[in-house]
Amino acid sequence: MKFVVAALAASLVMVSTAEARTWQIRPGADAETQLQTAMIGAQAGDTISIAAGRYDLTQGLSLDVDRVTVRGAGQDRTVLSFAGQRRGAEGLLVTSNNVMLRDFAVEDAKGDAIKARDCQGITFHAMRVEWTGGPSSHNGAYGLYPVNCSDVLVEQSIVRGASDAGIYVGQSRNIVVRDNVAENNVAGIEIENCFNADVFNNTAQHNTGGILVFDLPDLQQHGGHAVRVFHNRIQSNNTPNFAAAGAIVGGVPTGTGVIVMANRDVVVFDNDIGDNGTANIIVTSFWTTFEDPNYNPLPRNVMIRNNRFGNSGFAASGDIAALTRAGVTLPDVLWDGVTTYSAGGTPHSENVRIVMRDNRSSRGGIGTFMSMGLPASGAPLTEGNPSTAFPPLQTFEEPQPVRLHR
Amino acid sequence: MRSVLVLLAAAAALAGSAVAQAPAGVDVAAIGAAVPPQVLSAYHFFQDAGARQPNAGVTPYDLNTPLYSDGALKFRYLYLPPHTQATYRDDGVFDLPVGAVLIKTFAFAADMRRPTENVRFLETRLLIHRANGWVAYPYVWNEAQTEARLSPIGAATPIQFTDTDGAAVQLDWAVPNVNQCKGCHDRAGAITPIGPTARNLNRAMNYGAADEAQLAHWQAAGLLDRVPAEAPHFANAYDAASGTLAERARAYLQVNCAHCHNPDGPAHTSGLDLRYSDTTPVQWGVHKRPVAAGRGSSTFEFDIAPGHPEQSILIYRMNSTDPGEMMPELGRQRVDTRAVALMREWIAQMNEDGSSR
Repeated sequence: MKFVVAALAASLVMVSTAEARTWQIRPGADAETQLQTAMIGAQAGDTISIAAGRYDLTQGLSLDVDRVTVRGAGQDRTVLSFAGQRRGAEGLLVTSNNVMLRDFAVEDAKGDAIKARDCQGITFHAMRVEWTGGPSSHNGAYGLYPVNCSDVLVEQSIVRGASDAGIYVGQSRNIVVRDNVAENNVAGIEIENCFNADVFNNTAQHNTGGILVFDLPDLQQHGGHAVRVFHNRIQSNNTPNFAAAGAIVGGVPTGTGVIVMANRDVVVFDNDIGDNGTANIIVTSFWTTFEDPNYNPLPRNVMIRNNRFGNSGFAASGDIAALTRAGVTLPDVLWDGVTTYSAGGTPHSENVRIVMRDNRSSRGGIGTFMSMGLPASGAPLTEGNPSTAFPPLQTFEEPQPVRLHR
Repeated sequence: MRSVLVLLAAAAALAGSAVAQAPAGVDVAAIGAAVPPQVLSAYHFFQDAGARQPNAGVTPYDLNTPLYSDGALKFRYLYLPPHTQATYRDDGVFDLPVGAVLIKTFAFAADMRRPTENVRFLETRLLIHRANGWVAYPYVWNEAQTEARLSPIGAATPIQFTDTDGAAVQLDWAVPNVNQCKGCHDRAGAITPIGPTARNLNRAMNYGAADEAQLAHWQAAGLLDRVPAEAPHFANAYDAASGTLAERARAYLQVNCAHCHNPDGPAHTSGLDLRYSDTTPVQWGVHKRPVAAGRGSSTFEFDIAPGHPEQSILIYRMNSTDPGEMMPELGRQRVDTRAVALMREWIAQMNEDGSSR
């Protein structure tokens, strides 16, 4: 196979050294074929260099070779457009280890933009993913989408318009998401069913919800834990929810800064979180029924400290709007207050340790808190016993910084 | 690209002359070659240039429930090296020896209501078992139907035919590239065959004289080590007489979906396991919420909402041809309307716990 593809590649401009080759792709009628040929013919260590220009693609691309770098001339200069895509569930699918994608854009993918599945080591550097028509339920679901990967780095990238999550890391381990801009998505950045993630220095704005830390049942990896969300700017996430109604993020209330759901050992610190119409932070259990006997739907060990809160609660949506209609002033941090659950018919009760400490609010004071005091996950708010008393100051060990293995 | 074509043409000429002098049997060296032949004829799997007559040692076979590929005709053959045989197992694909080749040709008749007339071959896919694993090679047929040429980066061929309902159909037949081959033929990262399982092979087949039991024929021919008296079998999803609704529906899901939707397959991250053997209803979709379905989930909460096909994501995605919504993700451009009807009927009568009435 190797040799066949090498023969095919002969027409591509290729620069070789003893160790690695560079495949040069330029715009033109043949570019789509050349690009996919390079992605099939590349050998470990090769670079696929995509010159500046616009590339109109009709099929999803795929890469299954380890240690390949795919490099454009800049996130605004090399544009892979899938507006005319007729086949493939994503723009680009990566299924090999230690691949680096950098300095190019993927626009208007019909499904997910870039999916990386089952990769040990995957880097997205200075990428741009965008659905150019702005928020729409017709946009693809995920922008940058590593799933079941380890050692994931997403940095300096921009994602706009995803009808689910802009940057979505699912069922992965050892994750760094830093210095990105996620805007006009349903969820800006979502860490779901993951172990050990650092999410920092990002801007999440004008999404429906800014940064989500979720865990879902009935998946191969659940029990999400050890997630640190810090030094992010999480502002004005008030774009009306435009997800498919059946999607989990379809339940995200418009106007939410951060949601922590069903994870343990989550620290949210040193962030600027404001102008989110429903709440700056929501801490919640998984809000609907599940059958997985090994799943824990409660958020546990959630530390919210040293954040700077701006305005919030001024335009509540969803069930929470009922609270404002009842005259309740919404807090910066809203917790559903659930401490018990049942899995596989067995009831459980937990000391969940939700902690607020050393936050500040532009509205004065240290930031406000409310427990809705719900008796069970997903119970109607009318069954709640709301309290604005701060939760007890408990301590637990915060997760260590993530170290990526390369 | 021109220089590539010249190279390929040169390779083809070489391969062609080699075939002319080769002995009549299947070319074992071609099967084992590190550089795969550029043309299908080099393997000598068939007696004729049009690949209608299998050579000695190349055994045709058929399946109870085939993968839906826009309604294409499929011609399947098994080749095993001399003095080797497959090892029977109840579940999963038979253990096939190194050197084994699965050969599958996709074709359309000009009028699919008369499937034996004016049949045009589109591509022949080979799955070859090498010592270090399986490899997949797609060969694309020429217009003259005299040769098929290796196309590792896939191809698109415009075709038209009249379908079994009498409707005129035009589409760009998409030959998968090698990565797309692996998109389905993937088990924990390695290429693997899908079709030849006991359940799907356990059926009648005409080997020239009359219908006989396919597996018994294989055993008698020395291709298979054993066949238990009570080998399991699939229903034919399209034949109401062949099994219950649930048997037909689950067979269809196994054949069309479970190659990805299993714990070691490409769709393992969805948590949806559509193998025939899965006995946990939530895992095969009953009241299972979507994880990363995006637009594919439409406005619905569950993959399968018992009693409510009109609210089931599974039906919605089978019924779509939008690349961002459809399932399977690859390999079809049309809706398998008969299968959608079967699934609707099955879900409509399903009890809340996933059992059938």
